[in-house]
Amino acid sequence: MRVLGIETSCDETGVAIYDSQQGLLAHVVSSQAAIHAPYGGVVPELASRDHVRKLLPLLRRVMTQANTDRSNVDGVAYTAGPGLIGALLVGAAVGRSLAYAWNVPGVGIHHIEAHLLAPMLEPEPPCFPFLALLVSGGHTQLIAVEQFGHYRILGESLDDAAGEAFDKTASLLGLPYPGGPLLAKLAESGDPNRFNFPRPMTDRPGLDLSFSGLKTHALYTLQRHGQDPTTKADIARAFEEAVVATLVIKCDRALKETGLQRLIVAGGVGANRRLRNGISKLALRRRVRAYYPRIEFCTDNGAMIAYAGYRRLQAHANDPLAFFAKPRWSLSAIEPS
Amino acid sequence: MKLLAVETATEACSCALFVDGVCEQIYDLAPRRHAELILPMVSQLLAAAELVVQQLDGIAFGRGPGTFTGVRIAAGVAQGLAFGADLPVAPISTLQALAQGAYRAHGAVQVLAALDARMGEIYWGAYGVDERQRMTAMVSDCIAAADQVPVPEDGWWFGTGSGWASDGRTLSERIGKAVWGQEGQRFPQAQDVALLAADTIAAGEGVPAEQALPIYLRNRVANERANRP
Repeated sequence: MRVLGIETSCDETGVAIYDSQQGLLAHVVSSQAAIHAPYGGVVPELASRDHVRKLLPLLRRVMTQANTDRSNVDGVAYTAGPGLIGALLVGAAVGRSLAYAWNVPGVGIHHIEAHLLAPMLEPEPPCFPFLALLVSGGHTQLIAVEQFGHYRILGESLDDAAGEAFDKTASLLGLPYPGGPLLAKLAESGDPNRFNFPRPMTDRPGLDLSFSGLKTHALYTLQRHGQDPTTKADIARAFEEAVVATLVIKCDRALKETGLQRLIVAGGVGANRRLRNGISKLALRRRVRAYYPRIEFCTDNGAMIAYAGYRRLQAHANDPLAFFAKPRWSLSAIEPS
Repeated sequence: MKLLAVETATEACSCALFVDGVCEQIYDLAPRRHAELILPMVSQLLAAAELVVQQLDGIAFGRGPGTFTGVRIAAGVAQGLAFGADLPVAPISTLQALAQGAYRAHGAVQVLAALDARMGEIYWGAYGVDERQRMTAMVSDCIAAADQVPVPEDGWWFGTGSGWASDGRTLSERIGKAVWGQEGQRFPQAQDVALLAADTIAAGEGVPAEQALPIYLRNRVANERANRP
């Protein structure tokens, strides 16, 4: 089975083709970061406008790269939520219409489900069940993945997502948008012992998280200790250490509570080196196995949508012609397939 | 010559199938339900005519101006259908289709087409009918406050579209005696998009699917950080 995947939920246009025999045949991602940078954040209307311009040129490129024409595509998958409604609708309109014209099934994919399945695209994919730490700009969740389509949210951020906290703190430090990865780079030269940031919500039971306080803590530290480059680097380091330590503590707890033997990390913050190190050390200590998608599949991409689509289509999914986009869509609300 | 047209730029949602000069249309006034309605309309019209997308000669769509999400739904559907069946596309001005509708309904040969653009502005176009009974632009489509819209010097006009409902008084004061009638309740329809696209498709002058793009007219949609108060 060969499936086309389309991702347009936020500020990346992704297109890919996955083949159940041959694996991923081709994928391309076009980032809008430069479009949104002058605004200090994603402007939804500009995101939608760029998706509708970029999607078909990318699609044509992917089909050529995958040496695929319409006669050998068996289905079209597109992100249907959660995300920016206008952006989602571009992918859904093009994807569902394309499937109709090709006379193949079309299926709207839950963006988070696709992130959770991204490690399946690697040479040694995890088996079900596993614990998933999803950390991105929009979501921070701990999820028990019992099998394909069966997800139980164990805990989540009560305020900012981890990636959002990274970006906001980076902005406080004067780094341009999107500052998360730049903050991580700045942290490399920071002194890990100068500041000690709190580990939010680790002093009480439970698996929920909170990151907005860390951003405020960074602001106060900055105000108290000045704006010199060394201080900024030290704050970046303390902030990153605090986020990573908190996530590791919560993962540790979740592994203990669930007894799960495998742990996957997904989402944009999953590309963070210090987080990967922290999770790998935890895995060693608890004698569980950690899995990561390749760096480029941590952030939004079409490959994970194509793969999730393949799994859904294999279970005979076919959405009606009345396509939809759900800006808010709980993972626990999706059909098991 | 067979072509399919979709128009979803306003509160109205419609699809038309044009086959050798005969047009069938499904039309619904259905704010915010375009995603849900448009492809079932396409499928229903094609099934009734026992056609599949691949048998068409082209796809037409209302390219706007209109609601941003609405024009993108039409563009997205046109892109998907045209790419999927390897067909050319004819993007048609939503204001032109609106004017064509007023000609079809009232025989109005000079039309001031206006759509409510919110934020104190309207989308605006002045159209006149040509020798082939097709509306052509006399001033380019634009966005402006109702008291600023450009009006050609000569003319005996009919006003149509939601802009005449939202800003009818201002427009009447401005253009006054040169307007012989107006209606604020007309919306652009796919059958007029189809008619306006037919010559383009028949002449082989359609564009590739990736050029099926919206025209927004309102392009300042956010303030850059540096310009914020």
